[in-house]
Amino acid sequence: MNFDPRFSGRKFTSVGTRPVRPDGVDKVTGRARYGADFNMAGQLVGRVLRSPHAHAVIRKIDTSKAEKLSGVKAVITAKDLPDLTDGDAAMYDILDNCMARTKALYDGHAVAAVAAIDARTARQALKLIEVDYEILPHVTDVDEAMQHHAPLINDTIFTEGLEQKPVKPSNVTKRSQFGHGDVHQGFGHADFIVERSFKTEQTHQGYIEPHACVASVSSDGTAELWVCTQGHFVYRQHCAQLLGMEASKLRVTSSEIGGGFGGKTHVWAEPVALALSRKAGRPVKLVMTRDEVFRASGPTSATSIDVKIGARKDGTITAAEATLRYTCGPYAGSWAEIGAMTAFACYRLDNVKTVGYEVLVNRPKTAAYRAPSAPMAAFAVESAVDELAKELGMDPVEFRIKNAAQEGTRSSYGPVYGPIGIGPTLEAVKNHAHMKAPLKKNQGRGMACGFWFNFGGQTCVDLNIGMDGSVSLAVGTVDVGGSRASLSLVAAEELGIDYSQLKAIVADTSSLGYNDMTDGSRGTFSSSMATISAARNAIKILRERAAQMWDIPVDDVVWEHGHAVAKGDKHGNLGKLSLKEIAAKSGTTGGPIAGHSELVADGAGVSFATHICDIEVDPETGAARVIRYTVVQDAGKAVHPTYVEGQYQGGAAQGIGWALNEEYIYGKDGRLQNAGFLDYRIPVCSDLPMIDTQILEIPNPNHPYGVRGVGETSIVPPLAAIANAVSNAAGVRMTHIPMSPPRILAAIEAEREG
Amino acid sequence: MRYIRPLSIEDAVGQLAGSAGMAAILAGGSDLLVRMKGGFVEPDLIIDIKSIAGLGEIRETAEGFSIGAAVPCAVLGENAALKKAWPGVVEAAKLIGSKQVQGRCTIVGNLCNASPAADSVPALVAAGARAVVAGPSGKRTIPVEAVPTAPGRTSLAKGEIIEAILLDSQAPHSGDAYLRFIPRTEMDIAVVSAGVNLTIDAAGVITAARVALGAAAPTVLLVAEAAEALIGRKLDEAALERLAKVCAGACRPIDDKRGTIEFRRKVAGVLARRAATTAYARAGGK
Repeated sequence: MNFDPRFSGRKFTSVGTRPVRPDGVDKVTGRARYGADFNMAGQLVGRVLRSPHAHAVIRKIDTSKAEKLSGVKAVITAKDLPDLTDGDAAMYDILDNCMARTKALYDGHAVAAVAAIDARTARQALKLIEVDYEILPHVTDVDEAMQHHAPLINDTIFTEGLEQKPVKPSNVTKRSQFGHGDVHQGFGHADFIVERSFKTEQTHQGYIEPHACVASVSSDGTAELWVCTQGHFVYRQHCAQLLGMEASKLRVTSSEIGGGFGGKTHVWAEPVALALSRKAGRPVKLVMTRDEVFRASGPTSATSIDVKIGARKDGTITAAEATLRYTCGPYAGSWAEIGAMTAFACYRLDNVKTVGYEVLVNRPKTAAYRAPSAPMAAFAVESAVDELAKELGMDPVEFRIKNAAQEGTRSSYGPVYGPIGIGPTLEAVKNHAHMKAPLKKNQGRGMACGFWFNFGGQTCVDLNIGMDGSVSLAVGTVDVGGSRASLSLVAAEELGIDYSQLKAIVADTSSLGYNDMTDGSRGTFSSSMATISAARNAIKILRERAAQMWDIPVDDVVWEHGHAVAKGDKHGNLGKLSLKEIAAKSGTTGGPIAGHSELVADGAGVSFATHICDIEVDPETGAARVIRYTVVQDAGKAVHPTYVEGQYQGGAAQGIGWALNEEYIYGKDGRLQNAGFLDYRIPVCSDLPMIDTQILEIPNPNHPYGVRGVGETSIVPPLAAIANAVSNAAGVRMTHIPMSPPRILAAIEAEREG
Repeated sequence: MRYIRPLSIEDAVGQLAGSAGMAAILAGGSDLLVRMKGGFVEPDLIIDIKSIAGLGEIRETAEGFSIGAAVPCAVLGENAALKKAWPGVVEAAKLIGSKQVQGRCTIVGNLCNASPAADSVPALVAAGARAVVAGPSGKRTIPVEAVPTAPGRTSLAKGEIIEAILLDSQAPHSGDAYLRFIPRTEMDIAVVSAGVNLTIDAAGVITAARVALGAAAPTVLLVAEAAEALIGRKLDEAALERLAKVCAGACRPIDDKRGTIEFRRKVAGVLARRAATTAYARAGGK
């Protein structure tokens, strides 16, 4: 069990190849089961009644008429989800967000729910529920919410992190600060200073599959939940706690997932479905509509950011400072804090200071969105860096290379870096053909860098060897991007067998130990570490069995290329024993052969990327089109390069949508105006060029194969890279994301009119 | 909810006229089904007109073309004669939604949905298209621009169904074009749009013109001053400038989630210019 996670620099046979994923055929033929594809006998349809008001006291809810409607089996309100959170503020917020208790805090906030025999009856029942609201003033804009006269969303919130405890409540829940050195002094040494303010609008992850689950609570108090999630173990904990169950009595099975990107790390519908099932005594299926997904799941923050960077004539940055304000929705969060940590992480800085403010607004509770908070901070910082390079008369890539962080640099958020990829991605970009390609009229090129921490965490894997020599791998991190294929490659590598001999599944919460969810780009990093450990444990048993079959000491048996090999002169006449041969005899040599692993995957290597983007702007309409896009990112080791490229392309595609057209648009009444894919404009296929990728491999010293997380970093540079490209194409600095055609045209006209 | 599929237009009109509650005509369903799914409408009666003889056909007549109310927009794009005569109308119909949507949606449905942003309508208005309306008291033919009266409302009386769209044969030395602005490349609704149809003489002087704007007012606008800005001139820079200015001035747009007043005005002018340039070239102008 003495697992050594250090990078070993081995040569690979399976890792780095590109086989077909085990879940591929079912997905392309429609056989794969997503959240809404589970069904049970006697299942009811659950529907949620939502507040049409951005901010309102719930005076009274009368459900009596709905309860009397034929076909209605249960109606619930907050009363059916009593507060069992025992002082845990974060859990209380989750509870209140699932079902408003005293106030509706945003347009779309759940206030009641029904379970009925069909969708039509459920919809009718919702219309019969009478809610008496007292409408309160609301605020949705981040800067307005920070004003003294802004409507207070929660009068028990006093800003944390100030030197003096404030005497008045505020919509600012927390102030956080990072950095080192003395920025005041640093700016004093600068020859050039750029100072600008930026805004980004709220965006949604835009996953195609809405939230969906089937909950079945038995009269003995045990329950099952089938759900589309990024982390079924975490869903189990949260649901069990909110419903007053022991975790082991709730079995959660994760479905295939039609996208999550951080948005399926949080419970909304699931505790409601369980409460409905508990009350109705029958299984309940609850599927959100697209409108509900936009209004009432967890989009990312809207932000307002000020950046100031100074440099000497020679291009050395002397000081960097940023103030970041992020919306959290109506509940406390740490989104600005993450933004403040990541803002200057790409650079080697003597004097740096970042301050984050968490701001409450009457919008849905902010959830993680792929490298949460980092893209907006990178947009502001990388825009200012670009502008500063221009003022210095330096090439933007050279300017960044000169100031890039390297091994041994103390990062702006505290830790000292080990081997990192920012420098190599910049060098790769500098030498990339894309940077030298000619541009046509109205076209501009931009580039930008991005950073993400990456996480590890609790992980558990079972590896079982069948008597036919085939291998089942049961993992607990939900497969969001091809990890079953990657983990099979890792197990094949370690065992020395062919990929086709393996089948990986995501096990349910009762079949495997606890796993943190698939977030923080941890899925392949941490589960591959546990898979390697489990495979090594299995190999130890395989060697023991071979030793037993040969009747020689186990120390004389080594594992090579999928075979037990007897070492030493005295065993010279023994042939090799394959995994299959050893497995076939397992019934008489000690029983089933398996390897298990439970570990905390530490040392997730930080990740850097640099992107290049060409944009063409129509100066008469403000339309911006992406002509060419290149992603260069460090993967540590690309286990399955196709899926690594997929992550790079996916992050860039989401970033392009965010940069150009996606935004939550609220009316004066505080209601969301565009809760659908028609007017919430994620890019369609024809909006995107083929996104080119280049994988760099700077091994993570803390993983046996050098793997780093790859899922999130790719969305960090796009907002900035595209803003720099648009600014170059249009001849005017763009400071407001998304750069929709009306914003670009207005900026061009304003510049023209001087 | 009752669903019927009449085999004659008379039967359809009779059923529609005799219906109580809300009745809806179903052709491609690309508006109706979306509205039903979204919970915005719950019709008591759905009349599917796709089985009515002739409604699925494009006929070439002595005067020009008759396009049945159930002809999907994709089929317009497969009719070589129609494409040659009215390329602007066909390109407008082929901009609606996506390829999949175009396989179902119809120009009559687009017209009767009465959205000011309907893609095919400005092109039809510019082309001088007419609608054949079948009703309880017989048939009548009205200009396309007389159909929508406000967003979501039409001038059709109870029991009336548009059976076909009529397009005359295009006059010699004529051309039409349609352009719309959307932030994406497809799957979107026009933020503003322009359709231009014009005829020139041997010297390249414009002798007749119709200019229509979409998403610029509560209904599609036929801008007479814009036509006047073109008639009697060649399509030189001055004429284009004037066209753009007149179109921008004719707009009565709103600020909404899709665009601002300012943006719509400016881009209406830009699109009118560009559409006129294409139409002029199609007419043989140089």
